[in-house]
Amino acid sequence: MEHTVLPSWALLAYLASGVLFILALRGLSSPASSRTGNRYGMAGMGLAVVTTLLTNSPMVQVGLSVDGAMIYEPDIVASARIFAAIALGAMIGLTTARKIQMTAMPQLVAAFHSLVGLAAVLVGLAAYLNPAAFGILLPSGAINPDSRIEMGLGIAIGAITFSGSVIAFLKLNGNMSGAPILLPTRHLINLGTVMAILLLIARFTQDETTWVVATITVLSFAIGFLLIVPIGGADMPVVVSMLNSYSGWAAAAMGFTLHNTAMIITGALVGSSGAILSYIMCKAMNRSFISVIAGGFGAEAGAGSGEAREQRPWKRGSAEDAAFLLKEAESVIIIPGYGMAVAQAQHVLREMGELLKAGGVTVKYAIHPVAGRMPGHMNVLLAEANVPYDEVFELEDIQGEFAQCDVAFVIGANDVVNPAAKTDKSSPIYGMPVFDVEKAKTIMFIKRSMGGVGYAGVDNDVFYMDQTMMLLADAKKMVEDIVKALAH
Amino acid sequence: MDFISILSIFVLACFVGYYVVWSVTPALHTPLMAVTNAISSVIIVGALVAAAASGGGVRALTSSWLGLAAVTLASINIFGGFAVTARMLAMYKSKKKG
Repeated sequence: MEHTVLPSWALLAYLASGVLFILALRGLSSPASSRTGNRYGMAGMGLAVVTTLLTNSPMVQVGLSVDGAMIYEPDIVASARIFAAIALGAMIGLTTARKIQMTAMPQLVAAFHSLVGLAAVLVGLAAYLNPAAFGILLPSGAINPDSRIEMGLGIAIGAITFSGSVIAFLKLNGNMSGAPILLPTRHLINLGTVMAILLLIARFTQDETTWVVATITVLSFAIGFLLIVPIGGADMPVVVSMLNSYSGWAAAAMGFTLHNTAMIITGALVGSSGAILSYIMCKAMNRSFISVIAGGFGAEAGAGSGEAREQRPWKRGSAEDAAFLLKEAESVIIIPGYGMAVAQAQHVLREMGELLKAGGVTVKYAIHPVAGRMPGHMNVLLAEANVPYDEVFELEDIQGEFAQCDVAFVIGANDVVNPAAKTDKSSPIYGMPVFDVEKAKTIMFIKRSMGGVGYAGVDNDVFYMDQTMMLLADAKKMVEDIVKALAH
Repeated sequence: MDFISILSIFVLACFVGYYVVWSVTPALHTPLMAVTNAISSVIIVGALVAAAASGGGVRALTSSWLGLAAVTLASINIFGGFAVTARMLAMYKSKKKG
């Protein structure tokens, strides 16, 4: 088999770029080292791209030499096209990155995943159409069967990543209802489609006709769509992490085809990263990965608890009441959730925190792993609002402090403070780790109305507790009013 | 490189990935996703190979245009992904620095 022989320096460069990618992720172990890490990542990518451009510059045949060998010259037009493509991508990418709102980060990440997926499909198809260029053509004129498996897998995973991410994007961006959409026989259809794709990839090793590749591609696009449509909005952190993982495996599969170290190392890193994030998210919801992927959460649960809900007394507070209690408190723990992101309340929330701190109150932020629509969503929003990261705590680190805390300030969160997760075995969120807000002396709960329930569709006992003050308003408006009252 | 060497690199890299990612602080999970997304665009290497390939015939020509399209998509991701990660990371400040 004739494989494109790369010079040793190129092989070493790809290895170095793989190592730089490892260092990029390593940097994220603390905010202080993260910025250097990101630069390692850029260097690694630059190295991989430049190496490829140097070893694969487009050539055009200009004639035959006396002894019959072909004479090649650099193909200026083709090179210009490639640079134009990179420049176009750079322009779109940089503009998007600069303009995007921090609250829209989950959508952006989903959109970016879809691009990696589509790129993987295109590269796979390109390799199928011109195997000689990838050095995977056997002397017999057939494509190397090993490469066909890798190519088939790369195309399939890429296509699933693409269509799945498009659906995730539409749901996160609000173009499509976040509610799960359920087909009655969906499990059967999905299972059948996955089986068909695997059988076709097996067949591809024997039969490289176009219809096999085309059917793999089409079915994989379909299954990505079918898998994500039934999954509800708040399960999106798991979905986005899972698609993150898939985009890595797709890159790894193409790396096997190309025998490229940088692609294989990256694929493995990204694949494990996404898998670990999915695991963390599932654990934080006490759900199995299978049940998230099976979808439909939130649809059935809502119907069950709805009719059983009786009217119970609760207390409503005003912004002035809240401001008074907050000022008197010694320590306040703020628990932000997706509602804060929707209302864009992070900036005014930080302002409130600053005012309280200036008055001698200890202010801490408590973040649940599944708060928001992607892992770490709340942390980014608070960072955007200039909240120092050493005031922001994870669930395990702050759980013990609620008993000594004067005010637990819940803004836009619900299920993550629901004690039913600890006590009610019949609750759909039973077993999920939640904040012990009920141990706080006072609980302030910002909520738009008493009507809505959390994503899981379950009532929250915290609303009706003696020490709870319900602050019914838009989150941003309410915090603004509290800030005004505090400033007096 | 033969299949076994490549597989060895892959398996070892999975383990490296496992340990490195567990050490990422949860506060940086969103930047982690953004940066992994950017680096998975290393698939641009394959796109560049396809785009640069010469050869006659409709299949080879289609192949190079598909490669070119993939170069554009991957570039959006590379530049967008690293830039948005840098933007996010620049926001994380500690109390001491103010």
